[in-house]
Amino acid sequence: MRRFSWFNATALSLGFAFLYLPMIVLIVYSFNESRLVTVWAGFSTKWYGELLRNQEYLDAAWVTLKVALMSSTIATVLGTLAAYVLVRAGRFSGRTLFSGMIYAPLVMPEVITGLSLLLLFIGIGLDRGVLTIVLAHTTFAMCYVSVVVSSRLATFDRSLEEAALDLGATPFDSFRLVTLPIIAPAVISGWLLAFTLSLDDLVIASFTTGPSATTLPIKIFSAVRLGVSPEINALSTIMIGLVTIGVISASLATKRAAVARARDEQAAART
Amino acid sequence: MRRFTLIAIPYLWLLALFLVPFLIVVKISLSDVAIARPPYMPQLDLSEGWAGLKAFFSELDFENFAFLTTDELYWKSYLSSLRIALISTLLALVIGYPIAYGMARAPDEWRPTLLMLVILPFWTSFLIRVYAWKVILAGDGVLNSVLVATGIISEPLQILNTNTAVFIGIVYTYLPFMILPIYSALEKMDDSLLEAAEDLGASRLSAFWMITIPLSKGGIIAGCFLVFIPSVGEFVIPELLGGSGTLMIGRVLWQEFFNNLDWPLASAVAVVLLAILVIPIMIFQRSEDRARERGE
Repeated sequence: MRRFSWFNATALSLGFAFLYLPMIVLIVYSFNESRLVTVWAGFSTKWYGELLRNQEYLDAAWVTLKVALMSSTIATVLGTLAAYVLVRAGRFSGRTLFSGMIYAPLVMPEVITGLSLLLLFIGIGLDRGVLTIVLAHTTFAMCYVSVVVSSRLATFDRSLEEAALDLGATPFDSFRLVTLPIIAPAVISGWLLAFTLSLDDLVIASFTTGPSATTLPIKIFSAVRLGVSPEINALSTIMIGLVTIGVISASLATKRAAVARARDEQAAART
Repeated sequence: MRRFTLIAIPYLWLLALFLVPFLIVVKISLSDVAIARPPYMPQLDLSEGWAGLKAFFSELDFENFAFLTTDELYWKSYLSSLRIALISTLLALVIGYPIAYGMARAPDEWRPTLLMLVILPFWTSFLIRVYAWKVILAGDGVLNSVLVATGIISEPLQILNTNTAVFIGIVYTYLPFMILPIYSALEKMDDSLLEAAEDLGASRLSAFWMITIPLSKGGIIAGCFLVFIPSVGEFVIPELLGGSGTLMIGRVLWQEFFNNLDWPLASAVAVVLLAILVIPIMIFQRSEDRARERGE
């Protein structure tokens, strides 16, 4: 049985204090009555009220959610397809270029991705707005999805697919009934990753958007560029809260699923 | 036929929205700035056929790249970006390693929770995590208020709008990328190696240097590249936390594009930035490939 040594306990406490104190500070100050950070003028939820009455933030939140839902869904389909091609399609001409185009966006600086897409959209005369942000987010998010899904596909027992084909399933049925259920957890985490990346993106959205579509990160960025804003503290607290609930419930769900599976397997072993 | 369609859909998408846009950047980097819409010339006029194409190519030149070398703002920004990224990477390593080490040696039942605690900040908004440091480091911010109130300092420290704030911001936001690969390397390590070294008379410190560090080398390399590569082109952190003296190339590109409307020059800045990043990216890719081969 391992225990914490004093060194490890100190390293971990200092490390997690560093990771979490800034967020705790934001949460605490979102309840501060005063606009100034220095002065603690008493507990108040008035900034939340101001935030929810501010139509611009609500509109931006809606645009962001719309963009994230659309781009992460398209990116999941395209990314899963791309992963399938990478792992299963074997050799085809242009395969090196294809895998290069999957991995390059992961390391490409955001300013370059944003600039290049904007120049494309202007070049083909596409009006900038929700559609262009969705196209931009889909493109870089599908690469993340395909990396997540292809690592699952690579460790997958291929004989299951072959068995389905031998038993008369069409390739599409074998994909739908055998492959997809097995890679589903990777597909779901790919979707979540794509969704979060889209919600979070400032740089690419700033390049590819037009006056008609302002996303929440663009709004937050222009509000905090010059200083501290109590409304943004409240908004941050709401976002941190939502993410925390999401991550904790997801991890509880996977834990429960693992326990249930272990119980099923034991029951199956007994009979 | 079906296989062809399967390959074609993601292939064409990436060609149209990744490769073609990048080629457009290269093309515009060779053009000249103009007061027009769009603000660069020459424009490709296909209606004039072959002659138009020829006229178009004859007007492309490397003027923008030449300008990048003559104006010291640009090469200073490239150097400063590399320096800031390097210092931040080393700081992240020094801070991240003990955390990864502590996690890997924690009691088994603690590890999933610790891992979740490292990943959780990654899911929360990057922009908000950078902004939090603005609240903390500002002249009238949380840190200065605490330090002044407790009498440790009499005058508020100027940390916000300096390079120090940028280092803090980069280390803070990219720390999970350093911790996770080191943790996964350390977690696989066999404890009996350390016991053997100590039985053979090595001190704990020399056992750490001779066994733990070499065995976690792969994780250290991966973590350093994962922090270094995105830091070089960073825009948000220097813009929110840095001062007017914080030169970083992502910021220069943004300003050339949005403030000076010099699209050709911004494109040239982008092409050179990518050329600089290709070297660390290739080294990283190769070390990853080698690690994968060793694993198999």
